[in-house]
Amino acid sequence: MPKMTIAEALRQAIREEMQRDERVFCIGEDIGVEGGFGGAFTVTLGLSQEFGHDRIIDTPISEAAIAGMAVGAAIAGMRPIADVQYGDFLFNMMDQLANQAAKLRYMSGGTLSVPMVMRAPVGATGRGAQHAQSLEAFFTHVPGLKVVCPATAYDAKGLLKSAVRDDNPVLVFEHKLLYGSKGPRSEKGAISPVGEVPEEEYLVPIGKGIIRRPGKDVTIVANLLMMYRALAAAETLADHPIDVEVIDPRSLVPLDKDLILESVSKTGRLVIVEEDNLTNGWGAEVAALVSDKAFWWLDAPIKRVAAPDVPPPFAPVLEGEYVPSEQKIVDAVLSMF
Amino acid sequence: MSLNAAQSTEVKTSSLPSEVQMLSLYRTMYLIRRFEETANELYMQGKIPSTLHLYIGQEAVATGVSANLRQDDYVLSTHRPHGHSLSKGVSPRVIMAELFGKATGACKGKGGSMHVGDMSVGVLPAIAIVGGNAPIAAGAALAFKMQKSGRIAVSYFGEGATNEGVWHESLNAAAIWNLPVLFVCENNLYGASTPFKTVFKIESIAQRAGAYGMPGIVVDGNDVLAVYQVAKEAVDRARSGNGPTLIECMTYRLCGHSRSDPRTYRTREEEDAWKLKDPLPNFRQYLLSNHYANEDQIKVIEQEVERSIQDAIEYAEASPVPRPEDVYTDVFKE
Repeated sequence: MPKMTIAEALRQAIREEMQRDERVFCIGEDIGVEGGFGGAFTVTLGLSQEFGHDRIIDTPISEAAIAGMAVGAAIAGMRPIADVQYGDFLFNMMDQLANQAAKLRYMSGGTLSVPMVMRAPVGATGRGAQHAQSLEAFFTHVPGLKVVCPATAYDAKGLLKSAVRDDNPVLVFEHKLLYGSKGPRSEKGAISPVGEVPEEEYLVPIGKGIIRRPGKDVTIVANLLMMYRALAAAETLADHPIDVEVIDPRSLVPLDKDLILESVSKTGRLVIVEEDNLTNGWGAEVAALVSDKAFWWLDAPIKRVAAPDVPPPFAPVLEGEYVPSEQKIVDAVLSMF
Repeated sequence: MSLNAAQSTEVKTSSLPSEVQMLSLYRTMYLIRRFEETANELYMQGKIPSTLHLYIGQEAVATGVSANLRQDDYVLSTHRPHGHSLSKGVSPRVIMAELFGKATGACKGKGGSMHVGDMSVGVLPAIAIVGGNAPIAAGAALAFKMQKSGRIAVSYFGEGATNEGVWHESLNAAAIWNLPVLFVCENNLYGASTPFKTVFKIESIAQRAGAYGMPGIVVDGNDVLAVYQVAKEAVDRARSGNGPTLIECMTYRLCGHSRSDPRTYRTREEEDAWKLKDPLPNFRQYLLSNHYANEDQIKVIEQEVERSIQDAIEYAEASPVPRPEDVYTDVFKE
């Protein structure tokens, strides 16, 4: 089975969907310029040569219009994949995403649909406060939007293809340290997991989580980069010996509640790890879910490990304190025993 | 193109609508006026909940533009949407039922006055965020261009919307890609209560078109024939692949902004002056004076419209309200 990075897997997903369905096109900044970046993290590199500039559309620096045009094109029968260079710029698009994309179907009494994909890189990577936020939680709060966050090459391809085929707006959050972007766009400190991706067609369904590491003593739910830190923490904890189960939710809306509840009913302990700020992060919702539906299985209070309620800082030592570390995860788990 | 590219347009007799179209224009304007006057009475009687933003005085704009559109063209409307919808062919029944909050309404009772529309005749649910429809219109136009469908999109907005950032992003994008879209500004001189002069240094909205390299035209928005002709040219231009046009229709809201607007921010003298320019009686007189119709023929049209409004009210009143459990449906397409 071929191995590839997440950036390559996403590119392959876009290529295959564009070959399969002529309604699919990409729209964003610096995504198809000859000699350009191929998107901020090389995902669309080379696609404009393959599909032409009519389907890999480079826009002005106009994020609100990018999102709004994706909404309009989707309603009018196309399948846009919109691209934002950094997730933080989603705030420029907020009206179009939260008021328009999410609500138009409902407002219309179900007579239209908005089959658009909005891709956004997240994660703190030495760029300071405005190119670093993990914004998944904002969008989980808006009814009408689906939210996915693939952490492996396999999931990146399978989830993006599912997102393109979904009849609803889907936000795809990708982590900068997981892309495996190469050349001048490579990221310092990147994990860049290389994973097996089948040659044959497959989809990863939206709304299905996965157990990355089975265990019986404690459940850790963690997405994107934090999933890898949770796996590393699990190795350390095995020496204690604490047997950790790591769940990658993969989708936050809809959330695979059954998978989480089943795991907690087995382990009796839950730690949620997210790179977003602590207060009202998506982890708070998972904690509320488990305390409501699995309270009697819990042997300890639910713990959350998240970024503190401060903006993402710049200096490496500060950023290192900000982003949840393997050690913080280990400490949180140990405090439960 | 200079910033002063905006130009006024005189009515050219060469491109006037046909006699049949003339009467159709009057019918549409009369329908919008009477529909809203009736809806307002029903609102005052407590039969329509919430609020209404009435289009009274601005009917010539939607009427003149819509007369140039195909059924499959898209119209993107605003918080003041009844006229845009009615002129594009949305049935008075489903609009009235929506105002009543009934299950048979245009949006099954989930939209209300500010979100009426009907996709089957190309009217998207009205976008009640000021300026918010501009990129959606541009995006639909982008799709129409990619699909080589010959369809176009129309974005309606008030002058106030042109101070929203996304409006500028959208016009720029539409211009650089020659998208088949019309940006139709209804300059009624007040954004809610804020007078035009206090929020614009420029003389006309149409001047802004020059900044994006597209034509900008000022037209008397109370003259349905002038609007018709300007829109026709812009529609032809868009449909033939020559890009967008910004049309500024000078008009006046003869009613308040919404319910409970005492209109203390403008003078009665100003209102009286605009009442003389009321597009409806003026066009009626034009039709009579130029022998497009006699009094009896016009009354036949008016009576037919009155019946359709009565029919809409009866339909709305007889319709069921939504079931409480309907609140949960139509969020996602399964």
